[in-house]
Amino acid sequence: MKKTDSLLLDLAPQKFGRIGIIWTWTLIIISLIGIVAYIDQVIKGQVVTNMNDYALWGIYISNFVFFVATSFVGTVTVAILRLTNNSWRTPIVRIAEIISVAAIIMAGITIMIDMGRPDRLLNLFIHGRLQSPIIWDVIIIPIYIVISLLLLYFPLLPDFALLKLFFEKKNPKLSKWYGKLSLNWTGSLAQKTIQAKSIQLIAVLIIPVGFMLQTIDAWLFSTLFRVGWDSTNMGAYFISGASVAGVGALVTVVYVLQKVYKLEDYITDYHFDKLGKFLVLMCLIYLYFNLNEYLIPQLTSKKEATTHINVLLTGQFAPLFWFVIIGGLIVPVIVLLFKQGRKPLPMFIIGLLVVLGSWWKRYLIVTPTLLHPFLPIQGVPESWHHYFPSLHEWLITAATLAMALLIITALVRYLPIIPIQRTADEQEELELNKNTAK
Amino acid sequence: MKNSNKSSRRKFLNNGLKLGLITTISGIGLSKIAAKLSAQTANDSNTKMELMTMDGTLIQVDSSEVIEVAHSKNEDRKYNVREGMPNRKFVMVIDLAKCKNALKCQSACNKHHYITGEHAWLKVYKMQESEDTAPYWMPTTCMHCDHPACVTVCPVDATFKRRDGLVLIDNERCIGCRFCMAACPYSTRVFNWEEPNQGEITMNMQMKHQTENNSVEFAGMPSIKGTVDKCDFCPHSIKENILPHCVTACPNGVFYFGDKYEDTVTNGEETLRLSKLLIDKDGYRLMESLGTRPSVYYLPPVNRLVDFNEGLDNYTDFKSVEKSE
Repeated sequence: MKKTDSLLLDLAPQKFGRIGIIWTWTLIIISLIGIVAYIDQVIKGQVVTNMNDYALWGIYISNFVFFVATSFVGTVTVAILRLTNNSWRTPIVRIAEIISVAAIIMAGITIMIDMGRPDRLLNLFIHGRLQSPIIWDVIIIPIYIVISLLLLYFPLLPDFALLKLFFEKKNPKLSKWYGKLSLNWTGSLAQKTIQAKSIQLIAVLIIPVGFMLQTIDAWLFSTLFRVGWDSTNMGAYFISGASVAGVGALVTVVYVLQKVYKLEDYITDYHFDKLGKFLVLMCLIYLYFNLNEYLIPQLTSKKEATTHINVLLTGQFAPLFWFVIIGGLIVPVIVLLFKQGRKPLPMFIIGLLVVLGSWWKRYLIVTPTLLHPFLPIQGVPESWHHYFPSLHEWLITAATLAMALLIITALVRYLPIIPIQRTADEQEELELNKNTAK
Repeated sequence: MKNSNKSSRRKFLNNGLKLGLITTISGIGLSKIAAKLSAQTANDSNTKMELMTMDGTLIQVDSSEVIEVAHSKNEDRKYNVREGMPNRKFVMVIDLAKCKNALKCQSACNKHHYITGEHAWLKVYKMQESEDTAPYWMPTTCMHCDHPACVTVCPVDATFKRRDGLVLIDNERCIGCRFCMAACPYSTRVFNWEEPNQGEITMNMQMKHQTENNSVEFAGMPSIKGTVDKCDFCPHSIKENILPHCVTACPNGVFYFGDKYEDTVTNGEETLRLSKLLIDKDGYRLMESLGTRPSVYYLPPVNRLVDFNEGLDNYTDFKSVEKSE
């Protein structure tokens, strides 16, 4: 019990300082500006975007794909590391779960922004047809939201009980909330067994659901004829890309939280080292699929395929393409292969680079393909031959990103970001082992 | 002990079943008797009613004799917008040898479908397969595919395929996800990015809709913000046995329209046997390899009577809808 007391002092949620408050308000303001821009879009129609009958999808869709990809971090770190018994995951799993929840909720919201008639959202349920990949998305995203929330919630139960006691005098109101959320957790053997079983079940369940989510997202594109999407590679390509985006986001957030909350005792260089190796593996797998996606069509050189790929390699999108491949994948792999590269600060920079690369990667998947249809683009305004997001699109997209960060911030404010009970248990176990060794 | 328990339960069930049967039968009987009784009481009223027979003569009937008739159920024979015209299969043949980019088809289509956006439903492409081959003009409409990619991916069944071959859009249902536009390999679909400014037309059309009550057939009339439009093969015309606007507007007889079951197509001047025409002139369909099975056939641009360059005068790279300011 003493163990948890000292841990609680370190790890219980704290009030934000000045920087925290400024950060939160900045996010709120960006979100509000985006909401205003969105209302304007609803009133005027999507004419406020730079989308057109050829570039019929834009950054709303690529941003959506980015959110879906990032939400995969829950599956990768929590479930896979758990099932493979990697005990180094303890201090970072909750952060991963939080990112996952924020990303998938925002994915659900982002896709609605792209709809021409958001007022007819219910048609998806009234007239929904299972043969459409969009309906698959409508089914899988809520399921993933629920499972992600449960995966976040179940392990929190003992911590809520601890926090209830901890805040009993300092903040009775908060304590009451924690008490309610803890579902009368007493830590009895029966409760522990149920909890362990439930977590195990959800951890197993989230793997197929996570894979399905990513694959369906890939199939949104690969079920269409367009060059650059019509590829059997897509499912695996998206899953590996999602691992990169997710772990990249995780590294970045873990670093920030470690610095802000001074968690150096709990999240150590050792953890960054492990995360770095994990990220290298994910980047290498993704590079492999990229090779499949771009090199093989280039070798067989069908006319449409080479047009499409040359636009990426040497044409209009080349700067972005090479930034994504070199900056977002090759440089991270090289840096992270060195021990010095896996120290917290370089990892943070690499993490940012990976996230940025991942975001633009989705843009490169969506846009260039649409600008090269089968029949030539003729008889439409000159501006329809290109696409770059309008101010409205940027404001709204920035708002969705800000909202995701806002969800993360809110959860970080009220949840213990490092599992208290489990850390205590692990420390006790460690001491016990030491004593027996003596 | 157990056995007797079981048998008694069976007995109970058996009795219950019988009892239930008797109750239902007697219930039905009672209600019939009640109905007869009530009819007899109604007989006493001596009020007469004036009714009109099918041929228009007025007759007087005792009001007690008047019984409401259940509507005859000929739903299958009734015209259903989503099913289309029975026993028809509409097709189009476009003779590329005759096209010289006069663009009368496009302006007629734009006019009659009140197209106010930037993107016409009917376009005439300037095509050249490779450097060494001759350029030609290629009009495109919606291909009304028999295996339409757009219909497959539509999440709400807003775009649908009819038995008479037409692929149409229900603009009252479309959610504007534009998945169908991404699916269409012919880039034929257009989106209403803003409130379509069709002016009085909108009002007129809405009134027409209320009377005819089949808005789906008038896709694009009026257009609705945030939904998808495209060439609809003019169902409002063909229902009246009138050819689509592009067919009648073409001065060169490029477009042939007809019924595959009747095996005839016509451009308004000559009527031809479809199967023979396709064989004689080597008809083909666009992107056959994709398996979309279009309803629009093309005749290759051979033995051309017209000079390709004549069409260049009309060609505009960046415009397909004439704006009247």
